[in-house]
Amino acid sequence: MKPQTEAELAEIIAGANGPLHITGGSTRPIGRTKGAALSTAGLSGVTLYEPGALTIVAKAGTPVTTIEAELAKENQRLAFEPMDHRGLLGTTGEPTIGGVVAANVSGPRRIAVGACRDFALGVRFVDGSGTIIKNGGRVMKNVTGYDLVKLICGSYGTLGVLTEVSLKVLPNVETTGCVLLHGLDDATAIAALSKALGSPFEATGAAHLPNGIDGVSVTMIRIEGFEKSVTYRAEKLRDLLKGFGEATIRIGSEKDWASVRDVSALADQKGDVWRISTKPSDAAALTAVLGATAVQYDWGGGLIWALMPEGADLRAKLGACDGHATLIRGKADTSTFHPEPAPLAAITTGLRAKFDPRGILNPGMMT
Amino acid sequence: MEMPAPDASVLSRKDQIVERLRSVLAADAVISDIAETRAYECDALTAYKCPPLCAVLPANTDEVAAVLKICHDMGVPVVPRGSGTSLAGGALPTADSVILGVAKMNQVIETNYDDRYIRVQTGRTNLSVTGAVETNGFFYAPDPSSQLACAIAGNIAMNSGGAHCLKYGVTTNNLMGLRMVTMDGQIMDIGGAHLDSGGLDLLGLICGSEGQLGVVTEATLRILHKPEGARPVLMGYDSSEVAGQVVTDIIKAGVLPVAIEFMDRPCIEATEAFAKAGYPMCEALLIVEVEGSDDEIDYQLDLIMKIAASHNPVELRQAKDADEAERIWLGRKSAFGAMGQINDYMCLDGTIPVSSLPFVLKRIGEMSKEFGLDVGNVFHAGDGNMHPLILFDANKPGDLELCEEFGAEILKLCVEVGGCLTGEHGVGIEKRDLMNVQFDPQDLEAQMAVKDVFDPAWLLNAAKVFPLETSRSRRAA
Ligand SMILES: Cc1cc2nc3c(=O)[nH]c(=O)nc-3n(C[C@H](O)[C@H](O)[C@H](O)COP(=O)(O)OP(=O)(O)OC[C@H]3O[C@@H](n4cnc5c(N)ncnc54)[C@H](O)[C@@H]3O)c2cc1C
Repeated sequence: MKPQTEAELAEIIAGANGPLHITGGSTRPIGRTKGAALSTAGLSGVTLYEPGALTIVAKAGTPVTTIEAELAKENQRLAFEPMDHRGLLGTTGEPTIGGVVAANVSGPRRIAVGACRDFALGVRFVDGSGTIIKNGGRVMKNVTGYDLVKLICGSYGTLGVLTEVSLKVLPNVETTGCVLLHGLDDATAIAALSKALGSPFEATGAAHLPNGIDGVSVTMIRIEGFEKSVTYRAEKLRDLLKGFGEATIRIGSEKDWASVRDVSALADQKGDVWRISTKPSDAAALTAVLGATAVQYDWGGGLIWALMPEGADLRAKLGACDGHATLIRGKADTSTFHPEPAPLAAITTGLRAKFDPRGILNPGMMT
Repeated sequence: MEMPAPDASVLSRKDQIVERLRSVLAADAVISDIAETRAYECDALTAYKCPPLCAVLPANTDEVAAVLKICHDMGVPVVPRGSGTSLAGGALPTADSVILGVAKMNQVIETNYDDRYIRVQTGRTNLSVTGAVETNGFFYAPDPSSQLACAIAGNIAMNSGGAHCLKYGVTTNNLMGLRMVTMDGQIMDIGGAHLDSGGLDLLGLICGSEGQLGVVTEATLRILHKPEGARPVLMGYDSSEVAGQVVTDIIKAGVLPVAIEFMDRPCIEATEAFAKAGYPMCEALLIVEVEGSDDEIDYQLDLIMKIAASHNPVELRQAKDADEAERIWLGRKSAFGAMGQINDYMCLDGTIPVSSLPFVLKRIGEMSKEFGLDVGNVFHAGDGNMHPLILFDANKPGDLELCEEFGAEILKLCVEVGGCLTGEHGVGIEKRDLMNVQFDPQDLEAQMAVKDVFDPAWLLNAAKVFPLETSRSRRAA
């Protein structure tokens, strides 16, 4: 089913008599669910773009590339840098903005400017009863009523099917610089990233690739802005990080960050892919006990991408930690999403029962 | 403003309720004497007052849980309170309610500079969070003008903003985790020292829920290193249209200032008389601040000054030193106080799309004449969050009502042009009955369904946020 209007979508859901599997561009098959396919790809187009107000409103099925092209005309961008999952998950198709919001997809810049959820200003969605609901709006500051925008963002279509999203955008930057350290072990690299992120020099990316290029680890810190300022801050960071070795500076290179964003390092390797969000200073010790085939650190160490032998239960090895692990790719015999402590699980169940009383929207998806 | 009639059965059981609360709290933590409960009869929306049944000041999360359990069991309404600086009446009690104040819970639990967070009890004031980390060069970014007094508890409940949120975001963008107690006494941790949720984003849902979903007792907050420096420029223009255009042009040029503040003529005049900041007398004044090293600031300000100069300013002044920077900010910071010198005022908080600024200011000016009440406008222009200050005389019969009517018209206008009723102060009781202007019944139903999950009996701060008529059946149940 591929409705062309919000009203049509609402009618389909109201009239559904079984589970629905909701898709945007089908590029992020995370989580397991069954049901009749319901695509939002027919709801497409930018409905409002106000560069001077830093806001864009688009229907949920609008391709991300359409949004990016529209923003580029005004030299603006989606600052939360949504990851493209196609390489890692081996999918084809066209990522949609609704899918980005539904999965709260962000990239390396999340560490500095926030996640997709921080840029989501408003939503329209259809709940599990077929009721059309709006929340938030198109202005940057809005505390009118409960923030259901955040609740819907990252709910993977289980509370409602997005029909329209409104996002805050930011100006593009003049140039990008990168400060690189070489040959550090994980713990030392993360300490270096912490030092950079705890400085006034505004790093907008902080990643560590243990296998680097040619097997030598590389630790990357990104700085963005006006050319003069980028050079200045890159040099400051190099001085600040002297204790971690001689850093190299690269000005004007963006493409390395696209591969960090899309986790290209793990894309073509066999195995299950897990995504762990944790406290950065715990990350190296956590990784040490995983027995992972390969890992990549982003967000100053707070985001670990781990390639695990097929079927391995990473969570069992991880034990109790500050954070959570999600199975992004693979068939491990465990839940996709991190089990919640009992009181939170009860609230989650309660919310689902309210927004989707018949349990027909992507049932089982977020378990 | 109507408030629900107090529950007579609760009023009649006051002694038993107080006795049970005394059994779980220190003797001085239960305040039931009518002379003393007066201290909790209102927040900063002082037009509305009502002493609570009693007030409690627990010392830790376990005590909060014990209090809530008792109130839950006995069917007693609870109103959470931080520092009582809400401008929306969010902390206004009803006569049958227990005020649960977190003011005694003001400790720092942990600071972690490597992972850039601080964990505090929520009774701690906003400014003292920064106070706890500034010797290490760090700060907590959201900075409401009330930051000396307001508590993190209230900031989280209202999702408060500040002058620098154009760059750093509001409370929800700087909150990493919290500990909360639901009305039935259950303690839960949400989020932590990591980013983003592994399930539904309950953290984002609770932030801004105005004390209706649970009592937040601890918070993990993101801290940042201070910038190397900051510097403001001041610009004056002959019309608000032009000033609005300057704001848009700056934003479109790709510079992202940390703050863009706007004041109109009535506000400039009041401020000058009060603070003598040396502002030019003109229709619209902008203060734009950027951050970085000296060189970086020079570069950004150069761009901004060029844009500003191309629009025929009546005045364009860049701070040359810290002293001048302070003088530029002085007027803005004393604007509320200055307006207060003239008369009583009501501070509105609607947000509009930046592009509607000139139109909305013009309409407010016209309405000011129709209602016969003066208005000054001072606000965060970068994000469209307006603060019209309507002047009235509280001692003049009917003036408050007239002022409220005028305020409601302005907020309706904000919604009409694509904005919202409140950008940072919250709905509380003040905008409660206007919610229907912005939302359709099913939108409000979805929000109320959330409260049903957290607080099925609607005992927690229940007479706020939703129009009384809309929430009546739930509150009566
Ligand atoms: C002069 C002045 C300037 C201001 N400037 C700004 C500004 O620039 N930006 C801005 O955003 N606001 C501003 N405010 C409004 C106000 O300061 C904020 O809303 C503030 O966050 C309220 O904090 P508080 O601790 O005083 O909360 P209170 O007034 O005590 O309570 C506010 C709300 O929070 C709830 N609450 C309190 N504690 C808890 C808890 N532990 N758990 C759950 N809910 C709780 C209450 O029930 C109530 O609904 C200003 C107010 C004044 C008087």
